[in-house]
Amino acid sequence: MWRDAALVAGKDLRIEARSRVATNQVAPFAVLVLVLFGFALDPDRGILSRASAGLFWVAVLFSALLAVQRSFAIEAVDGGSDGLRLLGLDPAGIFMGKAAAVFVELAALELLLTVGVVVLYGVDLGGAGLMVATAAVATLGLAAAGTVYGALSAGLRVRETLLPLLLLPVLAPVLLSATRAWEVALGTSVDDGWRWVQLLAVFAVVYLTFGLVGFGALMEES
Amino acid sequence: MALAVQLRSVVALVGRFPALAGVDLDVAPGEVVLLRGPNGAGKTSVLRACAGLLAIVSGEASVLGHDLRRDRRSVRRHVGMLGHAGFLYDDLTAEENVRFVARASERADAQAGADARTGPVLARLGLGGRLRDVPVARLSAGQRRRVSIAALVVRSSRLWLLDEPHAGLDVEGRELLDELVREAVGAGATVLFTSHEGDRAAALADRTVSMSGGQVQVQIPTPDEPKTAVHVA
Repeated sequence: MWRDAALVAGKDLRIEARSRVATNQVAPFAVLVLVLFGFALDPDRGILSRASAGLFWVAVLFSALLAVQRSFAIEAVDGGSDGLRLLGLDPAGIFMGKAAAVFVELAALELLLTVGVVVLYGVDLGGAGLMVATAAVATLGLAAAGTVYGALSAGLRVRETLLPLLLLPVLAPVLLSATRAWEVALGTSVDDGWRWVQLLAVFAVVYLTFGLVGFGALMEES
Repeated sequence: MALAVQLRSVVALVGRFPALAGVDLDVAPGEVVLLRGPNGAGKTSVLRACAGLLAIVSGEASVLGHDLRRDRRSVRRHVGMLGHAGFLYDDLTAEENVRFVARASERADAQAGADARTGPVLARLGLGGRLRDVPVARLSAGQRRRVSIAALVVRSSRLWLLDEPHAGLDVEGRELLDELVREAVGAGATVLFTSHEGDRAAALADRTVSMSGGQVQVQIPTPDEPKTAVHVA
């Protein structure tokens, strides 16, 4: 399984590096979302600073949709999905590989967006350990759930519009938990931030398990 | 000796449409069988069913000893398919596409061997030199077809399933494909293919099977035997 996962992840990341969709479209889109929130909310930065955690994770959520759509769009061209099935790879390995590639893309994007909220919203970074742990576990959940629902909608003609409809409600717990944890880390809220990280971990484990067990069936039905 | 392909009253659906409506077909190991018939006859569906890509809803189907009704995934590692689609990634180079297939088809401890096979196969298909490093999106249709053939060859499959394999190839490419098919058969592979190429396809095949309406209608024996039509339906 791990060999197959490495093959698929390497292939997906190479395609993204070559096509530059992530760097030329997804990353600018995410930064644009931050800028537009800045225009819409409060030019003097008061509200922006307090709401920065939520705005950050909303931007990540929208970008995750694009990353997942892209991950399965490359399999829709020239019979890629059939080609992948014909190779006889372990479906769990394919799931892990595709989720790993989405994870790496989102992690890179989150680094960029972190710089964005510091520069645009004037956020003082604190609680680095909680921030990094939250980002890691939340991104794992986003990648796992996104890959599951990406496979589910991959074979449909309306997949571009259906995927957000399916995925956004499912990812709402990630948005909520990651925002609460980051608010604690950034000092805009007093709470037990690690409790939210635990919830994120449960979400990630559920979707990783679901993907490992059910991805083969999803691929066959898509 | 066990048959490479054995289909008995096979029914398969594409959506709700019965693409295969009771197909009976036997293919012996090492045989080259041509499927002929009009558009919509079910030729491509037979190939997809044999590759484990199309679910069989009734009948009996065995490919290379794998029961397709019970587990159609396990056969895939042993078959190579050249379809209307090329199964290529536009943003990867010819070499990267073929190497990905070679590595995926090889055991984890034999990745070096997979990489070593890639270069010679690409060169054989006329994709050596600068062409190997060109993303396939920038290649011509014929060159893309050659990359797909290279990906097929590098797998060393036991069953080749070829859907209009000569389409998009120039004369030299068609000759080369026929040569590769004969070499694969010489090495023990079985070939099931569709083609609208008249004489070329017939010359390559040991046997011709005619299909229409999702069923096998007529089988014509090998060139060594008298080519009299045998009705099987």
